[in-house]
Amino acid sequence: MKFVLLWSDALFFLLIAAMIAGGVWASRQPHLRASWRKVGQSRVAIGSAAVLAVFFAIAFVDSLHYRPQLPATPQGEVRYSTEVLSALDALLLPLRTQTEKTYSAPLATHLFAKETLDDAGRDFPPLRYPGTHLFGTDKVGQDVLYLTLKSIRTALLIGTLTTLIMLPAAIGLGLLAGYVGGWVDDVIQYLYTTLNSIPGVLLIAASVLMMQVVIDTHPEWFATSAERADARLLALCAILGITSWTGLCRLLRGETLKLRELEYVQAARALGVSSALILWRHILPNVMHIVMIAMVMDFSGLVLAEAVLSYVGIGVDPNTISFGTMINTARMELAREPMVWWSLAAAFIFMFVLVLAANLFADALRDAFDPRASR
Amino acid sequence: MLAYLIRRLLYALPILIGVNVITFALFFIVNTPDDMARMQLGVKRVTPEAIEKWKTERGYDKPLFWNTQASGAGQVTDTIFFGKSVKMFALDFGRADDGRDIAREITLRMGPSLAVAVPVFVLGLFAAISFALLLVYFRATYLDFAGVVLCVAMMSVSGLFYIIGGQWLVSKIWHLVPISGYAEGLSAAKFIILPVIISVLAGIGSAARWYRTIFLEEYTRDYVRTARAKGLSERFVLFRHVLRNALIPILTGAVVVIPTLFMGSLLIEAFFGIPGLGSYTIDAINAQDFAVVRAMVFIGSALYIVGLLLTDISYTLVDPRIRLS
Repeated sequence: MKFVLLWSDALFFLLIAAMIAGGVWASRQPHLRASWRKVGQSRVAIGSAAVLAVFFAIAFVDSLHYRPQLPATPQGEVRYSTEVLSALDALLLPLRTQTEKTYSAPLATHLFAKETLDDAGRDFPPLRYPGTHLFGTDKVGQDVLYLTLKSIRTALLIGTLTTLIMLPAAIGLGLLAGYVGGWVDDVIQYLYTTLNSIPGVLLIAASVLMMQVVIDTHPEWFATSAERADARLLALCAILGITSWTGLCRLLRGETLKLRELEYVQAARALGVSSALILWRHILPNVMHIVMIAMVMDFSGLVLAEAVLSYVGIGVDPNTISFGTMINTARMELAREPMVWWSLAAAFIFMFVLVLAANLFADALRDAFDPRASR
Repeated sequence: MLAYLIRRLLYALPILIGVNVITFALFFIVNTPDDMARMQLGVKRVTPEAIEKWKTERGYDKPLFWNTQASGAGQVTDTIFFGKSVKMFALDFGRADDGRDIAREITLRMGPSLAVAVPVFVLGLFAAISFALLLVYFRATYLDFAGVVLCVAMMSVSGLFYIIGGQWLVSKIWHLVPISGYAEGLSAAKFIILPVIISVLAGIGSAARWYRTIFLEEYTRDYVRTARAKGLSERFVLFRHVLRNALIPILTGAVVVIPTLFMGSLLIEAFFGIPGLGSYTIDAINAQDFAVVRAMVFIGSALYIVGLLLTDISYTLVDPRIRLS
């Protein structure tokens, strides 16, 4: 067994570490403690946070990647499979390997379509693993529950890494524009107005098309297909980040404009504190709640966007398991006679639960941290 | 007013140039035309001649910015940047990969896009405002709470679900309207009605919740207290005072999307087989027709900038306190 650290894994671990560090930092700030207590008192917030924690745990286990060892060659050479598996695959071994021939309904004992059997004419052939598929199996006989669980990682990565990637640009430029002002402000404003005026979907489509050309013309960059899919996933996050940092940047610019006129900033300036230190010590901590709220609010939109983009064909790699690719492969199943509903239902239900929890949690955070938010 | 408009238009110009430079960089500098040709013709076993032919056919065989072989003005004009990007300002988009003129195709497809997008815009706005009004009228009751929960739940459902579920229920089970397709003239109605309803439903959750907060914010103003102190009924306060004042941010906020209605909706048009600009874009994306995607990016940005301009103008029209200066 050989461990594999994909770029997205590294970033995802970094993100979780940052979230824990941020939580520890925030709990030590007396002025934030009251707000966190308000979040803690809300039953909806705790409930949705618990649901999100379960999703994050699944994604975390699914991010521990390795390449299994193949049987040694006669020369005693150690070889590893080109297939990259995750700890979740190992945990779900029965689900992953117990495949059927084709569609089977949830918890069914027989295949969905009739086949010609040797002895008894046409009938529904019995399943290899009857009654084990909670959400049935898809066209190629894969367990739908396994696919949905694997989709969670993709959804969470898109929802979180996108904001993580855009955060430095949004915070840096937003604070700079608001604090320095003058031509710096003009240039930054021009930059985000220009980016903003390109319709998001089209900018994403154009960037993804171009990224595909880059990836396809450089197959030598990637050792395994998992690495290529991973690069594409990260590139998609970066592209989504480029199209979505403008909103946060504008918010932060406005807030910084307000903060720089406050007495404590004026006092720091009068005492000769350098601009960089003022930004770092006095402005940044006071806009962090905006950053946090924006991150949580963007999350659900990004999860939904992934499904749409993958459906349109400008999302993740077709081999990456995600809600979008699941829905895309199942697109014609409702039109079948009799119809196959379980793949779509499973993908939509999981997505709904995830997004609903994120939305409710975001609302609770905003209510607690944003003094202007009205109920 | 005229001077202001001219100045705003002049201000819009650098933004449009910026968009143009970004798309140019994206399409020609991130990938050379050779890469694109190789991609289109298949990555392996492609002869240099085939690449040259592909590039010549599309006019990609010129230098990027500066043509040293040409003379005079041709040094600037006989380049990819001038031919592909600068000409867009004159609404000359060149030809798609299938040889059709893009500008002509766009004028043909605008109609179907508008036929769906305009009803969606008008009905969506009306439905969201009405729903928000209802919630505000019953504010701080269980009805309001249930309504907000419904809004959040509707926001959390994927747009794909509304489309796939709607098509399945209305067209396949109830057989009320055709699943997809389009017809010219009045017979288009039966093709349009389902996509319109689905789009309105898919958008109402977030819009109604957003409008509700605007209404509630308006309720905290002094004029509301004054109106109540005069003894006006709660209904009168809501419809005569709060609604009118809240409509200012709502309508001016909606103005920005009016020009982009021309672009249609990618998803809805692709699902319902409506031959508008949205499905044109999707087809171009799937066929990797770079010229069409580039043209659509340019038009989309131009329309968005027009939208920003209209927003500024509409502010001055509804709110006499704001002067154009």
